[in-house]
Amino acid sequence: MNNPIYLDYAATTPVAPDVAKCMMQHLTTDGIFANPSSIQHCFGEQAEIAVENARSTMAKHLHCKAKELIFTSGATESNNLAIKGIAYSRRDQGNHIITVATEHKAVLDTCKRLEKEGFSVTYLKPDMKGLINIEQLNNAITETTLLVSIMQVNNETGVIQDIAAIAKLTSEKNILLHVDAAQSAGKIAINLSQLPIDLLSLSAHKFYGPKGIGCLFIRHRARIHLQPLIHGGGQEYSLRPGTLATHQIAGMAKAFELAHERLNNDSQHITSLRHAFLEKLGGLDGITLNGSSNSYLPNIINMSFENVSSDSLIIALRDQVALSSSSACNSGAIEASYVLRAMGIEGERLYSAIRFSFGRYTTAQEIQQAGEIICTEVRRLRLLAVQ
Amino acid sequence: MIYFDHNATTPIDERVLQTMLPFLTHYYGNPSSLYKLARLSRSAIDTAREQVAQLVHARPEQVIFTSGGTEANNLALKGTQHNTKLLTSAFEHPSILESERTERVSINSQGYIDQLDLQVKLNQAFDLASFMLVNNETGVIQDIASLSSLVKGKGHLMHTDAVQAAGKIPVDFQALGVDLMSISSHKIYGPKGCGALIGALEHITKPLLTGGGQESGLRSGTENVAAIVGFGKAAELAYLELEKRQAHCLQLRLYLEQQLLELPGLCIFAPASQRIANTVQFGIEHCIGEMVLMQLDKKNIAVSSGSACASNEPAVSHVLSAMDIEKSIAQSAIRVSLGKDNTQQEIDTFVQILKHIIKQAR
Repeated sequence: MNNPIYLDYAATTPVAPDVAKCMMQHLTTDGIFANPSSIQHCFGEQAEIAVENARSTMAKHLHCKAKELIFTSGATESNNLAIKGIAYSRRDQGNHIITVATEHKAVLDTCKRLEKEGFSVTYLKPDMKGLINIEQLNNAITETTLLVSIMQVNNETGVIQDIAAIAKLTSEKNILLHVDAAQSAGKIAINLSQLPIDLLSLSAHKFYGPKGIGCLFIRHRARIHLQPLIHGGGQEYSLRPGTLATHQIAGMAKAFELAHERLNNDSQHITSLRHAFLEKLGGLDGITLNGSSNSYLPNIINMSFENVSSDSLIIALRDQVALSSSSACNSGAIEASYVLRAMGIEGERLYSAIRFSFGRYTTAQEIQQAGEIICTEVRRLRLLAVQ
Repeated sequence: MIYFDHNATTPIDERVLQTMLPFLTHYYGNPSSLYKLARLSRSAIDTAREQVAQLVHARPEQVIFTSGGTEANNLALKGTQHNTKLLTSAFEHPSILESERTERVSINSQGYIDQLDLQVKLNQAFDLASFMLVNNETGVIQDIASLSSLVKGKGHLMHTDAVQAAGKIPVDFQALGVDLMSISSHKIYGPKGCGALIGALEHITKPLLTGGGQESGLRSGTENVAAIVGFGKAAELAYLELEKRQAHCLQLRLYLEQQLLELPGLCIFAPASQRIANTVQFGIEHCIGEMVLMQLDKKNIAVSSGSACASNEPAVSHVLSAMDIEKSIAQSAIRVSLGKDNTQQEIDTFVQILKHIIKQAR
C-alpha cells in the first residue's frame, strides 16, 4: 500500500481544503498580501481588516472579546508567554506556580526554566486515570501562588480535566488560571463568557489550520499585565510584536469557523470511529486502555499491548500506519511517556503504550484496515517474543 | 494598483506558493514524528535550511528557523544572556531598540554609523553589539565587516540585522565576520511568519521559547513546515536571481531618481551613500509626508513614510532624526521600495501623480 493510514491527528492535522484556499488569497499580488501594519495605504488596510476579521471570528467562537486575543506563532509560544509573562511581571507578588505533571512540554519546560530562576513550582500528580481532583489543587495553593496552569485535554491520553471546577476554585481564591487548550480548541466548545479562565492558549494546526499560528486569550489585558517575550514593532498591543502573518491568521480563523460548524458532525464521526477501532482491537488479548473512561475526548486512544514494546510496534507499522507512542515533540526519540509515568503507569504497560488519534478525514475503511494491520503485527511480535 | 512598499513586505512569488501548498494539505506530518509522512516534513525542512544557508553563505547547521525577523532579533539579543548594555545605533529596527538598556552609536547625515564614535564607545563595558546591514528606510548599506572587526577586536559578540539586505545584495555571513545574523522570509517573496537566526548558535544559552526541543532546543514549537519550505524556496530564488533583480531595481530606481531630482524642493536622503538597488527615500519641501501618502493611496499607489512597524507613530522617522535631517524636511519623507515585478510604466505613473500632488499642496 502506498499511502500509510494517518492515525496521529493529535500530533498535527492536514489543513482543510477551504483553509488552504483562504490562505492562498492572502499571499499573492492579486490577493491581500500587504503588511497589516502598513495602514498608510489601502493594501495594508485590507490586510489589517483581514487580521481583525479573523480575530473577531476567533472571539465569536470562544465567546470572548476580540481585543482579548493576541496572535502568536502557536501554542508553545502562547504557553511560554502566559506563564513567563505572569511570572516575570508579578515577581513582587509571589513566586509559586501550580501545574500538573502530565502537561505538555511547553508548560513543563517553561516551569523548569522558571524554577532555575528562583520560582517554585508544584507539579500535581494525577490519578491512574490522568485526572486531578479539586481538593488536591486547593491544598497546593499557598499565599505566594501566582498562577495555575492546567491543560484541558491531554495530548497523549485525551483525558479531559474538569476546567469548570478548577476555574471556579481559582477565581474564588483570586489566583490566575491559564488553560492550555491546544488539544481541545475546535473539538469541544469553549465558552469563555462562562468560564472564569484568565489565559487560554490554542494552536491552529490541531484543528485543520496551518502550523505556525496560534493565539493567546488574555482577560483584562491591562490588569493582568503580561511581560512580553519579544520586543519591537508594537504589534499585538506590544505583547507580541513582529509582522503579522496575515495568511496564517486568516487560515486559523477559517479553520476555527469550520471546526465549529462541524463540531457535532466531527464528534459523531470520530466517536463512531473510536467504537469501531476498539471493537476491532478487542479481538486481541492483553490490551489495556490508558486514561479515563468517563472524561475523555474520543479522538485519542492510548492503549498498551502486553508483550509488545511501543518502539517495535511503531517501527513495524510505520510505513503502513502513522502513529506515535507519545507527544511528537521529542525530536525523533522513542522514549517512555512521562505522561503515563506521572499517572502511575509503570513497567510493561508503560513501555507498550501507543497513542492512536483520529480526525475528520479518517475513514471507517481506514479504521478497519488499520485495526487489521495492528492486530496482525501485535500477534506477530508476540510470537517473535515467545520464540 | 501600484505597489512600491517592498521593504514593508513582498507579495509571495508564485513559484514559492506552489512549493508551499503541498505541505499544507498533503505532506502535513509533524516533523518530530517518526513515520514516513513526518520524515518528508523533516527532510523538507532540511532542504530549506540548506537553501537559506546558501543565500547568506552560511552552513545549514548555523540556521535556526523562527517566526520572523523580529523573533530572530529578540533571540539573538535575549538568548545570548549578555549582562551589560547592548551597543547599537540610533536607527535600528524597534526589535533592537526596545532592548532594556542600549548605548547608541551616532549616525552621520549620510546614514552611516560613525566609526569614531563607535571606537570611543567600545571602551565601555559591553559584551554584545548589534548593527543593521541595510537600513529599511534609507536603504544605506553599512560596512558591517569593518564594524564587526572593531567590535570583535574588543572581544565582544556581534549581531547584524540583515532583514533588508538578504536577497537584495550579496550577503556573506563568513565575510561579514559577525557572530549572529537575522533574516526574514516575507521580505524576499516568501511567506510571512518565518525567519531565521544564523550563526554561532552556541552563544544562544537562553531560548525565548521552551518545551519540545525543536531547532536544536533553541526554538521550541511545532515547525511551521509550509512557511519554512516557502522561505527556503524564496531564498533559493533570491540567490539565483539576485543579479537580475538588483539590475532591474537599480535601473528603475535611477530612472525614478532622475525624474525626482527635477522636482523643485525635492531631496533624496543619503544620495551619495551605498544603497540597495530598490530603495529611495526623499523629502519634499513644504509637504507633509502623511498627506502625500494619503493622496497617493487614493490613486492606489502604495508607498511608505518609513518602517511599517509602528505606523501609529508621529510623523518623524527615527531613522531620519538619527541622521540629523532637519525636522521640516524629515516630516515630508516618502520611501519608495521597488520590487522585482515593478515596471517603468509604473514609475511614470507615480511621478506624474506625485507632481500633481506636490503642485496642489503648494
